[in-house]
Amino acid sequence: MKPVVTPKAAVAAIPDGATIMLGGFMCCGQPLALVDALLEQGAKNLTVVCNDAGVPGMGIAKLISAGRVRRLITSHIGLNPEAGEKMNKGEMIVDLVPQGTLAERIRCAGAGLGGVLTPTGCGTNVEQGKQKIILNGREFLLEEPLAADYALVVADICDAVGNAHVGKSRKNFNLVMSMAAKCTVCESRSVVGMGDLCPDRVNIPGVFVHSIVEVKQ
Amino acid sequence: MSDGKNNRRERIAKRIVQEFPDNSLVNLGIGLPTLCANFLPADKTIFLHSENGFIGLGPVPQKGSENPDIVNAGGMPVSILPGGCYFDSATSFSIIRGGHVDATVLGALEVDEEGNLANYMIPGKMVPGMGGAMDLVVGAKNVIIAMEHVNKNGAPKILKRCSLPLTAKKEVDLIVTDMAVIRVTPTGLLLEELSEGVTVEEVVKATGARLTIAETLKTF
Repeated sequence: MKPVVTPKAAVAAIPDGATIMLGGFMCCGQPLALVDALLEQGAKNLTVVCNDAGVPGMGIAKLISAGRVRRLITSHIGLNPEAGEKMNKGEMIVDLVPQGTLAERIRCAGAGLGGVLTPTGCGTNVEQGKQKIILNGREFLLEEPLAADYALVVADICDAVGNAHVGKSRKNFNLVMSMAAKCTVCESRSVVGMGDLCPDRVNIPGVFVHSIVEVKQ
Repeated sequence: MSDGKNNRRERIAKRIVQEFPDNSLVNLGIGLPTLCANFLPADKTIFLHSENGFIGLGPVPQKGSENPDIVNAGGMPVSILPGGCYFDSATSFSIIRGGHVDATVLGALEVDEEGNLANYMIPGKMVPGMGGAMDLVVGAKNVIIAMEHVNKNGAPKILKRCSLPLTAKKEVDLIVTDMAVIRVTPTGLLLEELSEGVTVEEVVKATGARLTIAETLKTF
């Protein structure tokens, strides 16, 4: 059984300097209640891994705005001008990673792999500082796994042992992030008892989930 | 070239959709490439891929019937068409990198004779990040660039060598602009088609790279 807690309790132990993965794509599928709780909790100097910097005033953008994010590992910040400003002023380090590489590096960490070989980024700035490997005449970059202390993810429905289903375009990074952190918190729209979620619907196996937060909509 | 900007953009989109085979999967970039969705041929089955996690990208729903759980890669509400399916980011980019996307249409800041593409940043000015563009350009079977032939200062965007940081090396297959259709071949750029009312001389003048002229030039 996994503890079902309040958003406040779920993020209470997150220390300054932690690395946090945040599910969501332009805030769709982002655990907004957990982000708000984290904002209130006050942890700073965070490294945040998230597909994008969102749009001002919501989710991840609030953490950036409050100066809590020391480093952002992301694929796109173009729709959040504040993220660009903070990067240019040196207030926040931004590591730009191709979106597919970001997903695969996270999956790699969760799957216990030592790295991934991808053709993406060959011949561009992305290859700087990385090993290039030629296999069967084709160039690949060796991209290393990306793990985190915490992953904050969403679900539509979650059972008592953390098995969860996340639907539609809310899935995005939530599936890979849930398995790549030491502690994964699942913000679910509903929590049901054991046996009440069809095993076939589960796309986040409960083994990845450490605590559950219910946020009804 | 006297027609307005909207007409020019529509002409580009209408020409590009002819490149999509029947029963194909296509990814459209933000901006001009998105226009292609309005002109998909009715006699072909073409599915659109949305890199945030689904196939079957449909029209923007009417106001009031949006579902916040169904958004496109720009985070805007969209719909999913019959035959579509949802998946997570790792699967989405497996579809892209794995060569399962038949065509991708993207805008460009610069594109060059070797098919190199620069479309994701201007150092010191615009650094939005590459999003899914680098994966798309490397993985899609057919990489089509949709853009105006020259930039807003009238300078060529098709160059001998890109000067901006590259999105990908040697991956562009076809360039469709308001003036011409140009194919990237192993021996350089081949001018294949002219937009109605545009001359070869005008295209050559507006292009910063060497062009080979096809024996028979079509008009679009």
